Amino acid sequence: MLFDPSHFTEMLPDIWKAFGQTLLMVGISLAVALVIGLPLGLLLFITGKGLFSTSRSGLLGNRFVNVVVGFIVNLIRSIPYIILLVALFPVTKWLIGDTIGPIAASVSLSVASIPFFARLVETSLREIDKGVIEASIAVGATRWMIIKDVLLPEAKSGVIQGITMTIISLVAYSAMAGIIGGGGIGDLAIRFGYYRYDNTIMIATVVILIIIVQAIQLAGDAIAKAVDKR
Amino acid sequence: MLEIQNVSKIYKVKKKSVTGVDHVSLTIDNGEIFGIVGYSGAGKSSLLRCINLLEQPTDGQILIDGQDLTKLKGEQLRQARLKIGMIFQHFYLISQKTVGENIEFALKAANISKEKRNERVKELLHMVGLSDKKDVFPAQLSGGQKQRVGIARALANNPSILLCDEATSALDPTTTTSILRLLKKINRELGITIILITHEMDVVKEICDRMAIMQNGKVIEEGAVYDIFANPEKPLTQEFINSVVSFDIPPTILQNVKGRIVKILFKGDVAGEGVISDMLQQFEVRGNFLHGTIEYIQERPLGIFLMELNGQVADINRSISYMESRGVTVEVLDNVI
Repeated sequence: MLFDPSHFTEMLPDIWKAFGQTLLMVGISLAVALVIGLPLGLLLFITGKGLFSTSRSGLLGNRFVNVVVGFIVNLIRSIPYIILLVALFPVTKWLIGDTIGPIAASVSLSVASIPFFARLVETSLREIDKGVIEASIAVGATRWMIIKDVLLPEAKSGVIQGITMTIISLVAYSAMAGIIGGGGIGDLAIRFGYYRYDNTIMIATVVILIIIVQAIQLAGDAIAKAVDKR
Repeated sequence: MLEIQNVSKIYKVKKKSVTGVDHVSLTIDNGEIFGIVGYSGAGKSSLLRCINLLEQPTDGQILIDGQDLTKLKGEQLRQARLKIGMIFQHFYLISQKTVGENIEFALKAANISKEKRNERVKELLHMVGLSDKKDVFPAQLSGGQKQRVGIARALANNPSILLCDEATSALDPTTTTSILRLLKKINRELGITIILITHEMDVVKEICDRMAIMQNGKVIEEGAVYDIFANPEKPLTQEFINSVVSFDIPPTILQNVKGRIVKILFKGDVAGEGVISDMLQQFEVRGNFLHGTIEYIQERPLGIFLMELNGQVADINRSISYMESRGVTVEVLDNVI
């Protein structure tokens, strides 16, 4: 039987638990990505080339900072997540005191999602019309005012789309966290659906993942559209 | 007084040097509306952006009432910019902030208290005729209305100079006229010096006192708008004037011209019709108008007529001298047209 409803009902508590674990991992990592990734993306943008490299009229043309931060961001992004996960065991052990479970998995998920989100933030900042920034410089605005009242509001819609993308890739990455017993829906799919040929769990988890991703995308798009005044 | 002294701007593009502005010197008096005209790439925009240091001039000085802006940095430069307003072709409003917030942004830059900001925003919106649009987002406004918000933002901190970067180039003719009226009103009522760059001669004709024409980064001609319209010297200037005051005569008409073609220029109060009718009465010359227009520049009439004069050469020459003696400029064109 491809899908056994009674087996599904029987497994429901496990599915709920896995769902909670996924939420926990994604939630923690997303929070970290937002808190660190947003300023990092902003830093990448304001130290970047172009309008701001002319330090006199610009914000913070600092080539050195830009190159160093950019390099680190690229470095982390180029490591496959599964390797990052294992490589970060010592850090995880030191931070959490354990390398197993959803909270431990959140460490590597956070590390992976910070540069990912930072680049998305940088990209949405780059999409702001340079003229608007220039007009603000011409008006005599301070750097802080430009960041707070121009860059962040103008990039808001793009950043929300970036958050949506980050959440969705976190959901996907969190499946791999199952390798270290991180738990979550993806882990359930691998352990039951894949290793044990349990079609019911396979189908159930895949359907749940589809619903989660669709819901996040729809909600993200709706919010991004609602906040955009253009 | 704004003095642009020997300003050059050289851009480095892929290791090559491109001269944007080439040793330009201009003096602009307080309360003046000064137009800088040129085709795109002539360097007029770069020059304008050098004035408020959006571009750092490679060479030269920008003096505002004797203070050299090119020497300023950081906070001092920021303070100086508070006193130089700027408006743009594409308005560049913060799209995620309301009209009121956009204007308030400029006031925040000058550290003005919340209460005073609200008051000033109302005042400014009233001045640009958008009192009912305070809580509206820019996307809901028409181009002309957006430019009005731009103007209100630029004037928020009572600047002494307003820079206009192709401010009407994205607007339709009717809206352009209304924006130009507003600029003129601001200039008159607040005494703000306005420097505008444009490729539209109509704009200059409408509101500028003096103008400069730029080509390849250099100012090639400069003077009172009226004088330049009356007597453009450089070919490029003539080309620009022709875009407003055109004297194209159909070839079929030219073929039938047997006499001499003269261009007659009436400046100011010279009573045009009188001079010509007197001339025709006094000399054995027959006249035939081929083309003519009276342009009002700064409310001063400038009459330009093309006329065919028939008769003996000596009579024609005498009639020309006669008209010149009456204060009319006459230019013999013959086959030049």
